[in-house]
Amino acid sequence: MGSLITDSSQAAMGAVAQPVRIQFTYWQGVGRRLTRDPISMVCASILVLLVLAAVFAPLIAPMDPYKSSILNRLKPFGTPGHLLGTDELGRDMLSRLIYGGRISLVMGLLPITVATFCGSILGIVAGFFGGKTNMVIMRITDVFFAFPSVLLAVGIAGALGAGPVNVLVSLSLVFTPPITRVAEAATTQIRNQDFIEAARATGASAPRIIVGHVLTNVTSLILTYASSLIGVSIVLAAGLSFLGLGLAPPTADWGLMLNTLRPSIYLAPVICVTPGILILITSICFNLLSDGLRTSMEVKP
Amino acid sequence: MNDEAVANERPTALLPGQQDHEAEDCPVFNVQNLTKHFRLRGGPIGGKRAYVQAVDRISFSVSKGETLGIVGESGCGKSTTARLLMRLIEPDEGTMLLDGQGVGGVNGISIRQLRHQVQMVFQDSYASLNPRHTATEEVSFGLVAQGVARSEAQRRANDMLDLVGLDPRVFADRYPHELSGGQRQRVNIARALAIDPRVLILDEAVSALDKSIEAQVLNLLVDIKQRLELTYIFISHDLNVVKFISDRVLVMYLGKVVEIGPVEKIYESAGHPYTRALIASRLSMDPSRRLDAAPVAGDLPSPIDPPSGCRFRTRCPIAESVCELHEPPLGVIAGDRRHVAACHALSMASGHSLAQASSGQTFSHSEV
Repeated sequence: MGSLITDSSQAAMGAVAQPVRIQFTYWQGVGRRLTRDPISMVCASILVLLVLAAVFAPLIAPMDPYKSSILNRLKPFGTPGHLLGTDELGRDMLSRLIYGGRISLVMGLLPITVATFCGSILGIVAGFFGGKTNMVIMRITDVFFAFPSVLLAVGIAGALGAGPVNVLVSLSLVFTPPITRVAEAATTQIRNQDFIEAARATGASAPRIIVGHVLTNVTSLILTYASSLIGVSIVLAAGLSFLGLGLAPPTADWGLMLNTLRPSIYLAPVICVTPGILILITSICFNLLSDGLRTSMEVKP
Repeated sequence: MNDEAVANERPTALLPGQQDHEAEDCPVFNVQNLTKHFRLRGGPIGGKRAYVQAVDRISFSVSKGETLGIVGESGCGKSTTARLLMRLIEPDEGTMLLDGQGVGGVNGISIRQLRHQVQMVFQDSYASLNPRHTATEEVSFGLVAQGVARSEAQRRANDMLDLVGLDPRVFADRYPHELSGGQRQRVNIARALAIDPRVLILDEAVSALDKSIEAQVLNLLVDIKQRLELTYIFISHDLNVVKFISDRVLVMYLGKVVEIGPVEKIYESAGHPYTRALIASRLSMDPSRRLDAAPVAGDLPSPIDPPSGCRFRTRCPIAESVCELHEPPLGVIAGDRRHVAACHALSMASGHSLAQASSGQTFSHSEV
């Protein structure tokens, strides 16, 4: 024991300062592990492709997504000029799917991003400070839980009036309470751990403890849960559009396309499910990516 | 005369043990009447509010450079005391002086300044480290929180790891699950030392370690104390460890101080029957000195509704009616002002039948 610390503390301090080594922070480590996970990388690539296709839709889409042709309705896959066939009004499916990604991805990502941001703040504050703060925040959250999420979305969107912006607002409101609850539960669990107390003992302020100790332990849980809601959000937005509260029919949107193609399901089932398959692929990719993220945030091997 | 009257009768500024120390060298810590009662929820129909009297009017002082051991059974308030000293929980009553300055008051030093000077090592080495932080991150966190630049904090953290015997080239990037129990506790010690404190509170810091590691960490603590001129408050239920490391020992029972004295006095001529029982309960290495009966029978009474008078009377072999009526004050034993105990059997004035019989022990109240 004594041999480990033989010289005076001053000398020991000087001696160790020599080897300059790169120290990875926690988030650098997470990034390193994530990029080494093949499934996460495949999912990330698919999502990047979908986003790029949506962003550059006017350059990629082979045809005008709104140009209908009554003679070419519900053509199957591989029809010359229409790689993925045509819809019930003879519009090119491939072009519509590419354009539809623009709105669907926004409808999926934006409300969840907003809800994750607000819900995490509310949940972490409620969980960390506890007591009355917790009670006020969580009881208000409970009010939202009294309604089924679809009904709540319809109610809020109906009250605000039709239009894509109001749909985004109502979806953000719908998804905030469940994320708040997950964040609160995760925070409450770690708030009483000794390392939080030890951090307080070193004189760290509450915001610093939240950023340094709470966030690192709850983000993975919140992100995993939030990403599982992205698919739900896309479908819910489609449902609102179907009820006339969101987007109007000619707009290319995966959810809306599902709805307008619905009557043709017995005539051209493959065409009808294509937008649904894209929604499926998108949400599965988000789910698997968040799974990978959670694993790489797990420090234990 | 009720409990309170007895307590009020005792002049707070003149506790014998500490008075002497003030004369010798100024106490780093001076605690007076520190109290923490945790409120329990009332009954469903709003019944009487119950309080857990976790720490009840305890007073003691710690001199510069000494190690004060605090011992007692589980649930006697040792850890609550530690957390009160760090102000991790707010005391209900009582004053704390750090170098003669009040803590948390209007004129005193802030809690932040207190935590610059006093640091703590927790019992559970695993729970007290963030599983998502490497050793360096964990140790440097407090420094960064106190405004030290990140690179400087990392460098100091690595120095501290080296000081506690962990080569930073090997251990700096390790996560808690990649460390053994002893190594984790060294990281905890490094984190506390990184703040450059003058007082280190060790709350069962070695209790969870196995014996060989415990010995290593104890040696490390003794070594560091000398090098950095620290003052220790060492809390443990392990009497042998306390005997090894302490200069003075404070014995607690059910939220009260029952005896304070130099380590050799506590272990060889304890005044309080509880201390004697506690010392006798240590296991002997000699099989012929096997313990046949438990020195203290029964469990701790509930701290929600503690016994009247002396709190130890329900388990005390020499309890008399006076013990039920009055709470014994801390009084000097055998003329040694460093050694005080709270027992009626040691006080001539108390009316306890054993008080007169106590051979040669001159007992005087603290106010004398």
